[in-house]
Amino acid sequence: MVDVTPHGADLIPPAEVGEMDLYHPHSWWTKYVFSQDAKVIAIQYSGTALAIGLVALVLSWLMRLQLGFPGTFDFITPEAYYQFMTMHGMIMVIYLLTALFLGGFGNYLIPLMVGARDMVFPYVNMLSYWIYLLAVLVLVASFFAPGGPTGAGWTLYPPQAILSGTPGGTGPGIILMLVSLILFIIGFTMGGLNYVVTVLQGRTRGMTLMRLPLTVWGIFTATVMALLAFPALFVACVMMLFDRAIGSSFFMPAIVEMGEQSPHNGGSPIMFQHLFWFFGHPEVYIVALPAFGIVSDLISTHARKNIFGYRMMVWAIVGIGALSFVVWAHHMYVSGMHPYFGFFFATTTLIIAVPTAIKVYNWVLTLWRGDIHLTIPMLFALAFIVTFVNGGLTGLFLGNVVVDVPLSDTMFVVAHFHMVMGVAPIMVVFGAVYHWYPKMTGRMLNEWMGRFHFWVTFIGAYLIFFPMHYVGLVGVPRRYPELGDTAFIPPSVHTLNEFITVAALTVGFAQLVFLFNLFWSIRHGKEAGDNPWRATTLEWQTAGTPPPHGNFGKELPVVYRWAYDYSVPGAPEDFIAQNDPGPATQGGPATRGGPATQGGPATQGGPA
Amino acid sequence: MAETTLGHADHTAPRPPGLRGFIADWSSDQRAFKGVSWGKAMMWIFLLSDTFIFGCFLLSYMTARMSTVVPWPNPSEVFGLHLFGQNIPLILIAIMTFVLISSSGTMAMAVNFGYRRDRRKTAILMLLTAVLGATFVGMQAFEWTKLISEGVRPWENPWGAAQFGSTFFMITGFHGTHVTIGVIFLLIVARKVWRGDYETGERGFFTSRRGQYESVEIMGLYWHFVDLVWVFIFAFFYLW
Ligand code: HEM
Ligand SMILES: [Cu+2]
Repeated sequence: MVDVTPHGADLIPPAEVGEMDLYHPHSWWTKYVFSQDAKVIAIQYSGTALAIGLVALVLSWLMRLQLGFPGTFDFITPEAYYQFMTMHGMIMVIYLLTALFLGGFGNYLIPLMVGARDMVFPYVNMLSYWIYLLAVLVLVASFFAPGGPTGAGWTLYPPQAILSGTPGGTGPGIILMLVSLILFIIGFTMGGLNYVVTVLQGRTRGMTLMRLPLTVWGIFTATVMALLAFPALFVACVMMLFDRAIGSSFFMPAIVEMGEQSPHNGGSPIMFQHLFWFFGHPEVYIVALPAFGIVSDLISTHARKNIFGYRMMVWAIVGIGALSFVVWAHHMYVSGMHPYFGFFFATTTLIIAVPTAIKVYNWVLTLWRGDIHLTIPMLFALAFIVTFVNGGLTGLFLGNVVVDVPLSDTMFVVAHFHMVMGVAPIMVVFGAVYHWYPKMTGRMLNEWMGRFHFWVTFIGAYLIFFPMHYVGLVGVPRRYPELGDTAFIPPSVHTLNEFITVAALTVGFAQLVFLFNLFWSIRHGKEAGDNPWRATTLEWQTAGTPPPHGNFGKELPVVYRWAYDYSVPGAPEDFIAQNDPGPATQGGPATRGGPATQGGPATQGGPA
Repeated sequence: MAETTLGHADHTAPRPPGLRGFIADWSSDQRAFKGVSWGKAMMWIFLLSDTFIFGCFLLSYMTARMSTVVPWPNPSEVFGLHLFGQNIPLILIAIMTFVLISSSGTMAMAVNFGYRRDRRKTAILMLLTAVLGATFVGMQAFEWTKLISEGVRPWENPWGAAQFGSTFFMITGFHGTHVTIGVIFLLIVARKVWRGDYETGERGFFTSRRGQYESVEIMGLYWHFVDLVWVFIFAFFYLW
């Protein structure tokens, strides 16, 4: 089908790019701290993201404790609940998932998978991380600011976000939040430009775009989207900062605050919603597309079968990316917009289901009659598919205006988005960590801790979020710290809330096992070797594990085939690496100055 | 910008016709844009992202202006100057625009001489561009001072909708910041050209990579973009 040509060797053109001018560190500081090596930057990004993610996890426990056992914990006041909720949501979506998928996996995998020595501009790449760290520190600082962090909800809707009724609304809380987001966007842009240019312009010989592993396609498309979507958030943050700090009224209408007329006048809160969701919806896919890509590779590798419909998969990724820019107002059905707009946005939203469904079918067809190894990465990949389908189905409810209106702002929405953009991508994060940890450290993660982690997390996630759909359907609103004796809420809801809390705490503690495993296996894990999963992609063919500075040996690899040559009939092994010239070496067709004649890559026309 | 372009790939393989060929071209080996260096590609993509920022700013401004229920101050009066005993509308902004567009001209010439490796002329033209840019920022500072002294604030102004002041300061300020950053980088690159860093392969202080003449052209891309954005700001803010 695609690019499985056995005679690929005679099509290898000479190098178009000279050797990269790499920076070689001279001291411990430039090697491990202010490092320009994408692999080190990736680990710094991932470590920071996981650390701040842990904060978000703890916040979710606190929220659950309050919801399950209202009135038991004195320190969780309604204000504190709002603050926990806001910070939990914001950290999870932006500082954990976005940073981890793009800054973490992007940095680690892109240069290795496309066969580059590093990102194209390593210095800018390094700056990207340090600015991200600064953004995280500013965010953390808001916990210690007078009045605490903002409690405006992760959507930060004005006017309430900057009024005195909201925690942190008139104090430094909201200001620190906005500054932190602005910093994040600046830092991300620096990294994002690197990822995009590396994929477009820095590939090794033979690596056409249509031979890229889907992981790279996912991260690449997500990065392009982020570069186009974050500007809207940037602008919204700048304007809100001005509204708060210097008294402008971009988003603030004339309003009475605590019995007094506020000085603001004539601004439009709806404008903020448009800007926010023009960023916010693509953001969902910025988190989802890397997950799509990674899961495709996990499935193909661990089912020893080529991905079904590679081209379709690529087009689906690109199509989803493009479509997700024209659906944003489905988050605003209850904002009072014109019904025709609602019609338009409902239609585009449902159209996205088409490429998404194609992807799901293709994953299933890849598994179909595959040689499925239930390794831990595979388990997580399967969990992802199931969970994503689940979340997608509830998405159909919420995408339709008439069904959405009664469900809006209920726990049903919370359950829905936790399924699609919470649990599902997190499953992929775990799967990817179990898959690539051996490359990063040279050792496997402990198998039994891993299996324990998987089952508790997977089953637990369903125990948490399945009942939540029901709770939402009977009308429990989201963002309510306690329900009191509201008449329409049946007692079963209270029981379920307790149950969910217990499940959430259990799942939370299972993550500690995972963290322990991460540290424990660095020393005590099983030796992994260079290619423990017998995978085809270039990162497994490096000159050592973990890959050295510069990734590959003296010569960059030359790519002869796509990334999915698993179980090829007649091949000596059940996988053929992308840089394996294949049968051509065994007296195959004569090659034109191609490297394959010497049985190894690049003797002539190699990098200058 | 350490890499060199070793010429276009010699594509002996036949390309499929039609749309498939188009896609095959785009997704072709090693680089999607043949002959485009990393630095240039990066600048183009950055500018695309920046376009979205300015686009959002301008759209927000238009939304505010179209939805306000109080009168919007009349730009021809607000931005006029009292010169030689008469009121001349938009005179300052006309000069500013002229200066900035001229600086695009000098920048283009600098790029041209950069290609010819004429160090002196390249550096001088870049300096001239920087001076014009700085003049623009200076005039903008004058305009701000004048408006502020007339009572324009981000939260109010004597003539109508409060959003006039806030959008004005925000958008021109953001653009002015771009120009200022451009001036700084123009000076840095001009100095490098002047000293001949790009001939001797001097390594950058921060990046520790060898520079290339191409920086002049990349600088040019940025500078022309900033000018182009100004044209839109001018049209939407002053002429509307
Ligand atoms: C153990 C896992 C998790 C638990 C127990 C949990 C729990 C919660 C709870 C109780 C809320 C507040 C609901 C409300 O009162 O409205 C919430 C909100 C939220 N969560 Fe999670 N969560 C988890 C993981 C995640 C993940 C992985 C994400 C990443 C996308 C995420 C994103 C959000 C967002 C965006 C909100 C909305 C915040 C807001 O309303 O402003 N959560 N979560
Ligand atoms: Cu959406």
